[in-house]
Amino acid sequence: MKNSRLTHYWRKNLSYLIVLLSVWFFISYGCGILFANTLNAYQIGGFPLGFWFAQQGSIYVFVIIIFVYVWLMNRLDREFEVDEK
Amino acid sequence: MALQTWTFLIVGFTFLLYIGVAIWAKASSTKEFYVAGGGVSPLANGMATAADWMSAASYLSMAGLISFMGYGGAQYLMGWTGGYVLLALLLAPYLRKFGKFTVPDFIGERYYSRQARLVALLCAIFVSFTYVVGQMKGVGVAFARFLEVPFSTGIFMGIGIVFFYAVLGGMKGITYTQVAQYCVLIFAFTVPAIFISLQMVGHPVPQMGMGGKTADGVYLLDKLNQLSVDLGFSAYTESGMDDRINVFFITAALMFGTAGLPHVIVRFFTVPKVRDARISAGYALLFIAILYTTAPAVAAFARTNLIETVSNQPYSEMPSWFKKWEHAKLLTFEDKNNDGLINYVADQSKNELIIDNDIMVLANPEIANLPNWVIALVVAGGLAAALSTAAGLLLVIATSVSHDLFKKYLKPNISEKGELITARVAIAVAVVAAGLAGLNPPGFVAQVVALAFGLAASSFFPAIILGIFDKRMNKEGAIAGMIVGILFTSIYIWYFKPQLGGPGTPDGYWFGIKPEGIGTLGMLINLVVALIISRLTPPPPSVVQDLVDDIRIPRGSRGVENAH
Repeated sequence: MKNSRLTHYWRKNLSYLIVLLSVWFFISYGCGILFANTLNAYQIGGFPLGFWFAQQGSIYVFVIIIFVYVWLMNRLDREFEVDEK
Repeated sequence: MALQTWTFLIVGFTFLLYIGVAIWAKASSTKEFYVAGGGVSPLANGMATAADWMSAASYLSMAGLISFMGYGGAQYLMGWTGGYVLLALLLAPYLRKFGKFTVPDFIGERYYSRQARLVALLCAIFVSFTYVVGQMKGVGVAFARFLEVPFSTGIFMGIGIVFFYAVLGGMKGITYTQVAQYCVLIFAFTVPAIFISLQMVGHPVPQMGMGGKTADGVYLLDKLNQLSVDLGFSAYTESGMDDRINVFFITAALMFGTAGLPHVIVRFFTVPKVRDARISAGYALLFIAILYTTAPAVAAFARTNLIETVSNQPYSEMPSWFKKWEHAKLLTFEDKNNDGLINYVADQSKNELIIDNDIMVLANPEIANLPNWVIALVVAGGLAAALSTAAGLLLVIATSVSHDLFKKYLKPNISEKGELITARVAIAVAVVAAGLAGLNPPGFVAQVVALAFGLAASSFFPAIILGIFDKRMNKEGAIAGMIVGILFTSIYIWYFKPQLGGPGTPDGYWFGIKPEGIGTLGMLINLVVALIISRLTPPPPSVVQDLVDDIRIPRGSRGVENAH
C-alpha cells in the first residue's frame, strides 16, 4: 500500500480516537466527578443527575463508545482495504 | 432442603463443571498454553475477560463499600470499567496485530532491547504477584466464610482446584473455565438483586429500581439521603469538594491501571483477528457492566434496608440474620448507653454498631427472605469470582517465567516440549507460592493489592501507548520512563502508607493526593520523561519504525503460530 494512503488511514483513526476519548473524558471525569454536584440539582426519575452519571450513566456510555468505535473502524478498514480476509 | 445441603450440591456441581471443562480443554502446545491457540471466539473471550477481571472483591466487597461511601463509590465503578475504553481504542487491536504472547514480548521487540524486556518482565511479575496473593487470600476468605471451614483449609482447597485446571489446561483450560465461571457468578449476583428490587420498589430491573419509589411514595434515593443526614452521615448522593480531587485521581489511576495490567492485556492475544480484539473488549465491558451497574443498586437498597431495620430499634427484636452475622463477627454491637436500642450514627463516640462491608452481598438473600437455593448460589458465585481471577493472574506469572525468562533469556534453544513443561512447573510453583503467601500474608500485601493498579498505570501503560502512537519513541525514553514512573509511584506509596512503615502523614500529601491515586501522577511523569529523553537520543532503527507501521493496520494479521 502507498504510504500517503496509510497516513490518511491513520489520521482518520486518530480523529475518531480524539472525538470518542473526549466523550469518554467529558462523561466520566466531567459529568461524573467535576460537575457532579452542579448536575445534582437536576433529577431524572428518582436520580440526582450527577449521581446517576457517576454510578450508572458513565458505564453505559463506556459500553456504547466501544461499540461505536468497532463499527467506525470496521467501516474504515473496508474503505481503505486494510481489513482482514 | 437445608442450606448446607444446597450449598454442597451447587458448589460441588460447579466444581465438577470446572474440572470437566479443564480436562476437555487440555493444552497440548505452548501456543495453547499461553494464548489458548489464538482461536477463542470474541464472545467467549469477552466472558472469560469479565470473569478474569471481576474478583472476589468486586463480587463480595464492592457493593458494601459503595453503600458506605455513597457517591464516592463511583471511583470504583468508573475506575474499573472506564479502562476498557482505553484498552479497546488504544491497546487491544494493535497488540493483537503484533501477535506475540506477552507484554514483555511487545516491550522487548518494540524497544529492540533485552534490558527493556527485563524491566517489563520484572514489573509484570511484581504487579501480578502482589495482586494474586490478595486473590488467594480472597479465595481463602470465600471458602472459609461460605463453607464454614477454617481459613487455612479454605486456602488449601483453593490451591488444589486452581492447581488442577491451570496446570493442566494453561490459558485454554483457564479461558473455558472462566466462561463457565462468568455464567455462574453473574446469575448468582443478579438473581438476589432482582428479588430485592421487587421488594423495595416493585421494579424487576435493579438499575431502574434504584431510581424508583418505595412503598410510602418517596423516591428511594431521597429517602436514603434523608436517613443518612438524620444519622449524621453526609447525604448519599452528594460529593464533597475534597472528595472530588481524590475521586478524580483514584478513578484515573484505576482506569489507566486496568489498561496496563498484564493479565487483562494478554486476554486479547487469544482471539484470531484484530477485528475480534476490538469487539471482544466491547463484549467484556458489556458483561462487566451487568454486575457493575447492579452493584450500586444493591448498595442503595441494602443501605436503606439496613438503616430501617436496625436504627433505633431494640437489640432484642433483631431478626435471625442479625444474630447469625454477629456470630460471624461481621456485625458488632456494643450498647454504650445501655438503653437496649441500637444507636447507629456517624459520630464514632456514640455509634454502637460496626458493620463489615462484605455483609451487604452475603446477607442480602437472607434479609430479603429468599429461598435456600439462592443463598447457595451466591456462595458458588463468590467462589467462581475468586478462582477465575487467581487463575488468570497465575498464568501471567508462569508465562513470564517460562517464556520471557527461560525461552528469551536463559535458554533460547529450549524445545517446545521443554518450554511447555517449564510453563507447567512455573504455574505449579506460582500457585503454591501465592497460596502460602496468602496464608500468612506479610502485612503489606493487602495494602499493595489496591496499589497494583497505580504501579501498572505508571509503568506499562505509557510504554505501550507510546510504542504504538509515537514512532519516534526509542528504548532510552521508554526504559527511563518506566523506571522513573514505577519508582516514583512505589516510593510515594511506601512513604505515605503507615502500614508499609512509611514515615509520611496525610498533611504531607502532594496536592492532597492519597497514595491510591498517585499512579495517575506517576503515569504523567513517565510520559514526560519518556518524551524528553527520546528526543535527546537517536531515533529507533528503521526496522522498528516499520514494525510500528505494520501494527497500525489490521491487514496481514499473522497468526500467533507464524510469529513464534
